[in-house]
Amino acid sequence: MTAYDLVIVGAGPAGLAAAGVAARAGLRVAVLDAGARIGGQYFRQLPDGFNAARPGALHHGFSTFVRLREALGGADVLLGHRVWAVEHGPEGGFAVHCLEGREERARTVAAARLLIATGAYDRVLPFPGWDLPGVMTAGAAQALLKGNLVLAGRRVVVAGTGPFLLPVATSLAEAGAKVAGVFEAGGRFGLAPRALARPGKAAEALAYGYRLARRRVPYKGGRAVVAAHGDGELTHVTVAKVDADWRPYRGGYETIECDTLAVGYGFVPQLDLPAQLGCEIAGDADGGPVARVDRRMRTSVEGVYAAGETTGVGGADLAALEGVIAGRAVVADALGAPAAGDPEDPRMEARRRRLAGFARALLRAYPVRDGWMSWLRDDTLICRCEEVPYGRIKEVRDLGAADARSIKLLARPGMGWCQGRICGHAVARLAGEDPAPPRRPIAQPVRLGDLAAMDGRTLDDDT
Amino acid sequence: MPDVVVIGAGMVGAACAYYAAREGLTVTLVDRGSVAGGTTGSGEGNVLVSDKEPGPELDLAMLSCRLWTELASEAREVGGFEYEPKGGLVVAENDEVLRALTELAGHQGGSGVVARPVAADELADHEPHLAPGFAGGILYPQDAQVQPMLAAARLVRRWPGVTLRTGTEVTGILMEGGRVTGVRTATGDIPAGAVVNAGGTWGGEIAALAGVELPILPRRGFILVTEPLTGGPSGGPFVASGPLVRHKVYTAAYVTNVASDSEGLETSAVVEATQAGTVLIGASRERVGFDRTVSLPVLARLARQAVALFPALADVRAIRAYCGFRPYCPDHLPVIGADPRVPGLYHACGHEGAGIGLAPVTGLLVAQLITGAEPELDPEPFSPGRFAGAAAWTA
Repeated sequence: MTAYDLVIVGAGPAGLAAAGVAARAGLRVAVLDAGARIGGQYFRQLPDGFNAARPGALHHGFSTFVRLREALGGADVLLGHRVWAVEHGPEGGFAVHCLEGREERARTVAAARLLIATGAYDRVLPFPGWDLPGVMTAGAAQALLKGNLVLAGRRVVVAGTGPFLLPVATSLAEAGAKVAGVFEAGGRFGLAPRALARPGKAAEALAYGYRLARRRVPYKGGRAVVAAHGDGELTHVTVAKVDADWRPYRGGYETIECDTLAVGYGFVPQLDLPAQLGCEIAGDADGGPVARVDRRMRTSVEGVYAAGETTGVGGADLAALEGVIAGRAVVADALGAPAAGDPEDPRMEARRRRLAGFARALLRAYPVRDGWMSWLRDDTLICRCEEVPYGRIKEVRDLGAADARSIKLLARPGMGWCQGRICGHAVARLAGEDPAPPRRPIAQPVRLGDLAAMDGRTLDDDT
Repeated sequence: MPDVVVIGAGMVGAACAYYAAREGLTVTLVDRGSVAGGTTGSGEGNVLVSDKEPGPELDLAMLSCRLWTELASEAREVGGFEYEPKGGLVVAENDEVLRALTELAGHQGGSGVVARPVAADELADHEPHLAPGFAGGILYPQDAQVQPMLAAARLVRRWPGVTLRTGTEVTGILMEGGRVTGVRTATGDIPAGAVVNAGGTWGGEIAALAGVELPILPRRGFILVTEPLTGGPSGGPFVASGPLVRHKVYTAAYVTNVASDSEGLETSAVVEATQAGTVLIGASRERVGFDRTVSLPVLARLARQAVALFPALADVRAIRAYCGFRPYCPDHLPVIGADPRVPGLYHACGHEGAGIGLAPVTGLLVAQLITGAEPELDPEPFSPGRFAGAAAWTA
């Protein structure tokens, strides 16, 4: 099997941008994505069968996506490929082990260079009732709408922290849902001073505010959904007025009826693959782990690049820019000449610094405060896969589990299907730690038969 | 001032603290991390007699096996630690291996090991999903399994005489007139009449703090974990016909590997189910220092061997893998007892892959040696003194 010059994991804004740059320069490029369509979470696409007349109607910056898609050129796009492991190839380069399609067909793609642009997923905080049907992440509500034209519910509450709540609430409201309220646990205007320094972003936020106000959607700060209720499915939520540390004020509760709660507390970069390869992981502005890269988006491991949320949550514009820089860097490193443009182009560099600075400011403006722990009851599930309630975590802490790893070993949170992607942040904070870089040698469940078939096999056997 | 400081809150350190406190000693148990955060938390919880050749280690294992039964019944009222005397089934690939295995079982019988021959056509009665074609096997009903992290935590909590101090790194051993008088930690000195080194794979470093050499090295072992087979998305087929794997099942090659001195990679699948519904697949053996880099070829080899034992596993998904570092000595025996070079210093480490199984007997012996009681078993073969006269040992 001949190796691709570049394999990109993730067909979101970063991956697509990089693919276009590298393919145009003549490199053999493959873009892998677990999804059925390109675009990633941000440019989530409708299935072809929808024959949407205005496919961009739900998208902010859809023209950017069209441009990225058209620029893909000769790059191979391998959809429905879930990467479960990456490793160094026997003679340099990398082996990217995937599971293809619903049948999970095992397949290995060889790459001389690797760009990891796997994005981020919703950060989840547990609270009483969060496991009820009808409660979902803000990202999931948005994905249902963008990817399937499914409205998550009729009467929706949006809660959490961070600027992402606004577009979610706006698109739900404009698609016909009654949005009963948007509750920001932090301050509503945490970002104001910074946003003023970026008129474009300030205007964007104002526009969302205006569109919400037009539909009479209340947007309140210093309020959090501290419990969800319902017998078998969600019927109402408790909204509490919270202090700066997110602890509810006594008596500051109200009940709001809803059939859907979309809750988002920011995002967690997907770092399984860089961690598998031993790439250096650093702490972001919010203390969470991100892949460390240089100005050319190179990780600490030679031949491995990272772009987009993998290097820190920063949104689609920054991701696409980083993708271009990474694409140029790969071309320069592969051909020994900056044939696709200077990866250290001062204007791109300046723009990246500005966008990244804004992203870091957002992270600092909308931190997750530890007061959420006061919302928990002993029977609140912390880990849904292994059904570990908060009371059990307290028990093993009393038994001597002083850190997140020991809590996991003794009480099993994070040992199930999702491998701690959902509860990892909460368990780390309950142990008083910043979330550690992931250690998932098997990033996706893989059949033992497929794993067994790799024994003694070389890359050349796999075509 | 405690009578004893035990360094290392893994399974062995917990057992040392438990038995010392049971003898009426006050114990401070210190660990730089958490309870069970080292090798204890990265194994399978094996309590095995089946994999040991007759000799001092098997005698240890037999006594420890009995102690585990006692500990388990004592802990039951506080929630237990998933002690399961499920028995081990060792299967032979061909007649020649079966003859060797049967002969070994005969010798083990002299040490009190119960070993029941299982004919080829009876294997399915014990393990319905086992692959056909094995020449036969031996059933070892005394083999058991525990959840070692929980066991360590429960043992630490059993006696009020034990004080646990996690997050406390020992930075020095206090000495006076050539005798150990306590330990120095980052948060202050802890004077004590005796110090027990239960540092596991890091036991050599603790010994070095007291100025003595203890040749303990890491041996890396990977373990694969499957999706839960009861209740998980693909658990259906196995619920109706009972558990997919009922015993600890492994091939005779495991026994030869356990005793092996090879430097290179060795794997011999040990397959077993846990109470959490997952199947654990061990055990690889590599001497690569403290390298945590995941090796897919090792995982692939383990998977192949597991599927060869249980073909139905081919469609079961692996969801996790982890590795740990088993502490081994050049002669593959643990180090248990007083260090003749440093009065007041006791060692309880170097158990290689058998640390969980041998923890209770180790704790019991150490407690008896400290209190001057008659040891229940001759500890001489495990004496740290065996390294004292030897020429400088090098890796």
